[in-house]
Amino acid sequence: MPDQFYFALEVALNGLLTGIMYALVALGFVLIYKSSEIFNYAQGVMALFAALTLVGLQSGQVPFAELINAIFGTHLSHFGWRLPPLVAIVLTAVVMVLFAILVERLILRHLVGQEPIILFMATIGLAYFLEGFGDLMWGSEIKKLDIGLPQGLSETVESLTDRWFGYGLFIDRLDIAAAAVAGILVTVLTLFSQYTKQGRALRAVADDHQAALSVGISLRFIWVLVWSIAGFIALVAGVMWGAKSGVQFSLSLIALKALPVLMLGGFTSIPGAIVGGLIIGVGEKLFEFWVGPLIGGATENWFAYVLALVFLVFRPQGLFGEKIIERV
Amino acid sequence: MTSEAITHGGAMNPEGDGWVTPDGRHIGPVVLEVKNITLRFGGVTAIKDISFDIREGEIRAIIGPNGAGKSSMLNVISGFYHPQEGEIWFRGQKRPPMKPFQVARQGIARTFQNIALFKGMSVLDNIMTGRITLMRSTMAEEALWWGRAEREELAHREAVEKIIDFLEIQHIRRTPVSRLPYGLQKRVELARALAAEPKLLLLDEPMAGMNVEEKEDMSRFILDVNDEFGTTIVLIEHDMGVVMDLSDRVVVMDYGKKIGDGPPDEVRNDPQVIAAYLGVSHE
Repeated sequence: MPDQFYFALEVALNGLLTGIMYALVALGFVLIYKSSEIFNYAQGVMALFAALTLVGLQSGQVPFAELINAIFGTHLSHFGWRLPPLVAIVLTAVVMVLFAILVERLILRHLVGQEPIILFMATIGLAYFLEGFGDLMWGSEIKKLDIGLPQGLSETVESLTDRWFGYGLFIDRLDIAAAAVAGILVTVLTLFSQYTKQGRALRAVADDHQAALSVGISLRFIWVLVWSIAGFIALVAGVMWGAKSGVQFSLSLIALKALPVLMLGGFTSIPGAIVGGLIIGVGEKLFEFWVGPLIGGATENWFAYVLALVFLVFRPQGLFGEKIIERV
Repeated sequence: MTSEAITHGGAMNPEGDGWVTPDGRHIGPVVLEVKNITLRFGGVTAIKDISFDIREGEIRAIIGPNGAGKSSMLNVISGFYHPQEGEIWFRGQKRPPMKPFQVARQGIARTFQNIALFKGMSVLDNIMTGRITLMRSTMAEEALWWGRAEREELAHREAVEKIIDFLEIQHIRRTPVSRLPYGLQKRVELARALAAEPKLLLLDEPMAGMNVEEKEDMSRFILDVNDEFGTTIVLIEHDMGVVMDLSDRVVVMDYGKKIGDGPPDEVRNDPQVIAAYLGVSHE
């Protein structure tokens, strides 16, 4: 086999692993959209906020340190302890649940029955608020996220593939870890929604609000549940992307990459989000590899959006979305 | 014998509250009572000062021409609408204003006129949602699929299978609801409501839009449910004929007001009721 083939394979594999991360972000959108028809613009910022909180808690930062210093003239910055990664992750998950409860209490509860566009606007507001709030709470400098995830080139993969094919594949350890975690998360979520009472309730609410009420399901509880799960997903996405490129504002922009994924997969389909993420991840890497050099490169910036546009024209409901039937 | 028992042509209950019907079913004490309910939407009065009671084990019909306020009444009982005036007493206690899901948790199940099933889910899953109010396992137990979670799921599956057998829908167990014909969807909705083992079952036009055969099936199931499980049923219908054969007592509504209340034979011959029905020239 020519090296060219293995190189393409390596590119595709890397794309696959990136695609899983895209899928993860898109999944957060799909969950909230299915259960309440809200397009949650704040999903990306939630990932940023979760990552900021995790780093802050882990490194023992004093929350709102700058604000407190400015008002009282103190010089606080750190408590002086470091929490073990696992403890920090659990605490951050608790913070995300609190966040979900607050969103339901302060926003959703008051907007019940409003047009989807109004709820969408509310999530835009929420996104900007959360962004500023995160800055104020934990500071705006770029932070390093280190919870002991494996980093760097995986020598095992390289040596194994070298022995089998005579070509060592370059795969980042972090990508493998991220893919594994995302895979486990998706499996657990699927099992949860298929085989448990709350999972069934969640699907019921996604299907028909009125009927869900009539069998004794509390919509408010389900909303808190859904936003909590979306919060966990944001946490995982924030951790993985944060470990890759540092925790900083641009983290919230990964949400933009989730948009073309949703257009491919359909806004209401969990398998769609996963497959869509993989297609975009692999597609943009291979496109850059084959077509990039011919047209001057940097195709990764726009490939996903163009692909989404093509889909919008020929299959607006996405690969797995519910079919749009117009009744006259 | 109380005067009420005499008008029903049956003997008194051994308990002294209620009576025994000619076909041998026991009608017990009052389960739910609505008192002086008035419901307004803006300037429109949908229900005006209506009172009636529902007794344990009976099939209670609410009839009336279209727009008489029957469905509104059902929505008041199930907590979807909140009346401006009046009280609801359930099992001897005055009920505070409640959300529909809270009413469901009290043991009042319902079906909808326009079928509100979970279209994307299978028949089995739809009926399983009916048992949500009966499930006790906590989130943590479910997340870990440990302790009560698994045992509960199996026990509830068994109960649901019995209902599936009872309503003769074994063959469509795994079918997504959206693929079923209308009549079967109605039956699945009844199954889901039954799965909650309700103390009170509210059926909003269970036979609307059905052909003669489907109507006969549905009538049989309603009678069987009442007979087999002793379920108290409130039934809305605008087809007089169906109701008269099924129900023990009938409330007649017209333009939001109650114009009749009693056993079918008595109601059928009430001049006011006849006028209401002839006035709108109903089928």
